[in-house]
Amino acid sequence: MATRKAGGYRNLTGYAFISPFLIGFFGLTVIPVAMTLYLSFTDYNMLRPPEWIGLEHYERMFTKDEKFWHSLRVTFFYTFTAVPLRLIVALAIAMLVAKIVRGAGFYRTVLYLPSIIGGSVAVAVMWRQLFGLEGAINTILKWLGLSGVSWLGDPKYAIWTLILLYGWQFGSSMLIFLAGLKNIPNDYYEAASVDGAGSVTMFFRITLPLLTPVILFNVVIQLINGFLAFTPAYVIFGDGRPLGATLMYVLYLFQNAFTFFDMGYASGMAWVLLVIVGLLTALIFKSSEYWVHYESKGDR
Amino acid sequence: MRLRRIPVISHAILLALTVSMLYPVAWMVASSFKESSSVFVDAASLIPNQWNFDNYINGWKGVAGVTFTTFFKNTFLVVGISTIGSVLSSAVIAFGFSRIRFRGRNLWFVCMMLTMLLPYEIVMVPQYILFNQFGWINTYLPLIIPTFFGTPFFVFLMMQFIRSIPYDLDEAAEIDGCNKFTTFVRIILPLILPAMMTCVIFSFYWRWDDFLAPLLYLNKVSLYTVSLAIKMFSDPDNVTDWGALFAMSTLSLIPVCAAFFAFQRYIVEGIHTSGLKG
Repeated sequence: MATRKAGGYRNLTGYAFISPFLIGFFGLTVIPVAMTLYLSFTDYNMLRPPEWIGLEHYERMFTKDEKFWHSLRVTFFYTFTAVPLRLIVALAIAMLVAKIVRGAGFYRTVLYLPSIIGGSVAVAVMWRQLFGLEGAINTILKWLGLSGVSWLGDPKYAIWTLILLYGWQFGSSMLIFLAGLKNIPNDYYEAASVDGAGSVTMFFRITLPLLTPVILFNVVIQLINGFLAFTPAYVIFGDGRPLGATLMYVLYLFQNAFTFFDMGYASGMAWVLLVIVGLLTALIFKSSEYWVHYESKGDR
Repeated sequence: MRLRRIPVISHAILLALTVSMLYPVAWMVASSFKESSSVFVDAASLIPNQWNFDNYINGWKGVAGVTFTTFFKNTFLVVGISTIGSVLSSAVIAFGFSRIRFRGRNLWFVCMMLTMLLPYEIVMVPQYILFNQFGWINTYLPLIIPTFFGTPFFVFLMMQFIRSIPYDLDEAAEIDGCNKFTTFVRIILPLILPAMMTCVIFSFYWRWDDFLAPLLYLNKVSLYTVSLAIKMFSDPDNVTDWGALFAMSTLSLIPVCAAFFAFQRYIVEGIHTSGLKG
């Protein structure tokens, strides 16, 4: 009897301590997610009550809305270009920084700085001027004897300014790789070099396999982030200029919700986004069985 | 022999990279001192012909009659309250998850970790509708209140930290007559201060950079945060005074950079203990 009472008391205190989370979880997550689902089946502009229209939004999205497909293509291209670029640079630089002894702290700090400020409006504004027709990048290109490019005006190049901005912030991924590199015992390299392995072999046989868990983590986080990119595109290009070349998915969702006040359609897009992000994450985790190497497996 | 040569090449590559990475920032700072008309004349140069502080004076006057004094005050207010809110509530939640064995603990923990992966865009529309119905548009409540329900990343980080504190301490405190709440306040809270510091830094610079939420909820210029003010300042139809824009952009980055250089130890530690993004 006494223990039961103690258990009840313990449960009560436990729930008291996590109550902020519970309130937020239901009030700001569970109920809104359910509301998004409901709204996606309705026509709703915030002025009149929602009107049930069934699957009409989804039908329009998949069969009629060319802009929806276009924004998906833009976002996929952006994500699957920017994320590998950022991760490859991050890994290469992390390996350089891991090798040096003096000044490693300096490079770690300075190269991480763009990640700290990269998401801000100020940097996006700076980026826009940097890549302007008469901006610094074109001026430098001219010095090098190359002709400048209309980075912001030409649909072919516009998305690349966003990709470069994303790549510029490789520092946070680099720090995670550095932490992973530090966990690889030096004995492995020594043993390999005794066996006559060169540095290329060591990279592909030791470093890369042992880093795969860290790579997996980075890929998942960055893919989700890449898919949700909004602020830079919105600040630099506004409404997806030029010719919709930078119309990211979230930007189009935002426009539907807060420019056209088509809350129902935006909710449908939000659910499609959730499904895509969920599927991508699930796919990566599923594929990880084939390429992620967990050291402890051998010990079991 | 081979090993000795590598550091020199590495240093050279890293140095070149560092210079080109920092170039954009240096360029913006330099441009903020150039005369507005000459920003694009020698666009790539890093050294202004003459140092000119007018941009700062002109920029500070702000937009639509509201000065940057207001924008900075607004931002510090929102960032300050929401940082305190999210760090304290996360500490309370972290203690609950890591020190009290209650029914359903694992289930709720999994739920919390899942919300960490849930994109904000999914709840953006209904949250807007709800806050609109509460009459919270053009107040700071939509930016502040949600932070008081804990931030999963911070909860996770502090849980890792609390786990490293021996449970004997809690038991000793309980024998001395502490209940869970006083144990938390008197024993655990002082011990997790370093972890809380890490969270404060992260929260500070996430909140400072936050753009989407202010964009949604603040329409009155006098309520704008710095990021929103700079966005409006930079709209092509609004301003051609590039020097002033760069001056204010530079100022807006200073608090974040200062916090980063002063407390970078905590940030790097945070990344190492949690392995999470920055």
